[in-house]
Amino acid sequence: MKRLLLLLASALVLDSCGPPAARNTGVYLLVDTSGSYNRQVGKAAQIALYTLTRLQSSDTIAVARIDTASFTEKDIIAKATFDDRPSTANAQKRAFASRLEKFVDQSPSASYTDITGGLLQAIEFLNEKHPARKEILILSDMKEELAKGYVRDVPLDFHGFDVVALNVTKLRADNFDPRLYMARLDQWRDRVEKGGGHWRVINDLDHLDGML
Amino acid sequence: MTLSNLLTITPWPAVSAALLLLLLMAALYFARGTAHQLLLAAAGALSRGLRVASHAVIHGQARLAARNREVLLAAGRESKERIVEREFTRVADTVRKDLAGYPDMHRRLSEAIQRIEEDQEKAAEVPPEAPGWAQAVKVVADLDKKNSSSEILSDIHKSLVKAHDEAMDLYRKGSGERHALLRRMMPDWRQIREALGHVGKSVEAVIGRSQTIDRHMQEYEAIVRGEDHAVSVLSSSSIVYFFISALVLAVATAGTAVNFTLIARPMAEMVGGTNFIGGFRTADIAALVIIMVEISMGLFLMESLRITRLFPVISALSDKIRVRMVIVTFLILLLMASIEAGLAYMREVLLLDEMATNALLRGEAAGSIAGSHLWITTAAQMGMGFVLPFALVFVAIPLETFVHSLRTVVGLIGIAVLNALALVLRLLGNGFRHLGALACRVYDLPLFVPLWIETRILAANGNGHATAATTEEAWKEARS
Repeated sequence: MKRLLLLLASALVLDSCGPPAARNTGVYLLVDTSGSYNRQVGKAAQIALYTLTRLQSSDTIAVARIDTASFTEKDIIAKATFDDRPSTANAQKRAFASRLEKFVDQSPSASYTDITGGLLQAIEFLNEKHPARKEILILSDMKEELAKGYVRDVPLDFHGFDVVALNVTKLRADNFDPRLYMARLDQWRDRVEKGGGHWRVINDLDHLDGML
Repeated sequence: MTLSNLLTITPWPAVSAALLLLLLMAALYFARGTAHQLLLAAAGALSRGLRVASHAVIHGQARLAARNREVLLAAGRESKERIVEREFTRVADTVRKDLAGYPDMHRRLSEAIQRIEEDQEKAAEVPPEAPGWAQAVKVVADLDKKNSSSEILSDIHKSLVKAHDEAMDLYRKGSGERHALLRRMMPDWRQIREALGHVGKSVEAVIGRSQTIDRHMQEYEAIVRGEDHAVSVLSSSSIVYFFISALVLAVATAGTAVNFTLIARPMAEMVGGTNFIGGFRTADIAALVIIMVEISMGLFLMESLRITRLFPVISALSDKIRVRMVIVTFLILLLMASIEAGLAYMREVLLLDEMATNALLRGEAAGSIAGSHLWITTAAQMGMGFVLPFALVFVAIPLETFVHSLRTVVGLIGIAVLNALALVLRLLGNGFRHLGALACRVYDLPLFVPLWIETRILAANGNGHATAATTEEAWKEARS
């Protein structure tokens, strides 16, 4: 009995002395700014603000745009890791919202859509932050258009990632042939799931409750 | 070897089956005695084992009951000692208070009585002096009748009237003085009556206390003698105290939860909102620690005031150190209460900040959440934050009652459980004993044919009586 108690006490002490398990969340929001989708930037801001309301202290968020060459830190519009103290975290959220407003007002339109580059950047960013839960939100029509010379045929490691495609709009061609739309989504699903990630599509932006 | 194989020992399965059945019956018949012994021995062993276990449990239950009785009596004795001690203290206080004032009261009574005596003496009625005209009458009588007697009589009349008036004046004056003296006695009488009334009340109070002490002493003596009635009364009281204290502790726990809610959020500002210790938020643990420290301080305060007696070490401290401890614990509590009030205010500020941020993120007007009456909730939270630590101090009283009554209640529950266990073991023991006999009968059931033949053969040989006796003996053995 004494041994058992000693064992339990030791386990408790070891549990409390060991490195604390991460419980935070990392969110990376990719916003398509190419062509006609640039009009949806307002919705991107709305989603980002909603995401901010759901995040807590120690969580990480970044908003980046998808343009011709998205595999770069320059495309990150705003990023923040919220402070441990709730009051400071609230101040950070307000500052983040302010930066987003500026982005919405001055968003330039891109000629091409480098989704893969954006995803690579998101994976790299979130892996650096080591959050317990990693979520990539993509606000795009999911039609990738690469400029000449850009190589994006690279394997993506989505292990531990939730990839959520938001507001995947139908293109004119999709309306003629819906199979194109479905094939496009299936292609991305395959790519994410083959990379070890979890894929979801949410088109109804009024019901984002299950997003985080 | 399967059943189909067994049925092929002869070319005819029916014959094979009959042969097998016959062999089986023969085997069972020849093994019958041993099988019966085995079944009865197994059942008997189980029965005896269970009965022994039942006896052991009953013995344990008796020991527990005796211990519980001792605990009850000890607790009752201690409680009565405290009550009697308190009653004696009250009597001592009453007597000390009255006796302290007794010399003064005695002096006042003596003075009042002396004054009354003096006034009474002064108020004694003085007989009026003899009228002065008697001598004049004598003079008149000695005079010659022929002289001017009428003039003399007139003079006498005048002097008589004058003397009468003077006497009446004197009498009135004397009566007035006596009445004044009697009036002066009135306050003294009242003073004496009040003093005697006070003495009467004090004496009645002391008599009342002495009757209470008598009653408690009788109960104490009954407890010391270990009377069953006293144990029964203590037992029922203990159960009542247990439930009442449990109820109060539940209320205190709810108060603790409210207190926790008040300070958990602002604690995140101090120790961080995302640190965890063993699966629990550090902020929550810190808030709980603060509340636990407050409760501990409350316990020490109550102990130092000798309201509770959970820690004999504190009760045994000298009065000087105890008073110091009271002051220190009270100051710590005051400090904690002030901190809690500050944290409660901080909570409101943080809540408003968070609400404003969320409203901004949702695109709502931040000002809509701010009302002119928010100061009421802020003040209420601060008030609760300040008052709750002091309210939690009184948890010590139900806690002490709970701890003391818990021993008795757990003992009573243990006795009930052991009683039930003993009953179940006894029932199982008896059941197994009868099960052994039943198993023998079930064993004999397929052997009714050879047994019938055996009975017939033995009857023919004149041993039927012996067989019946053997069967009866086996049955008795099984029942025993």
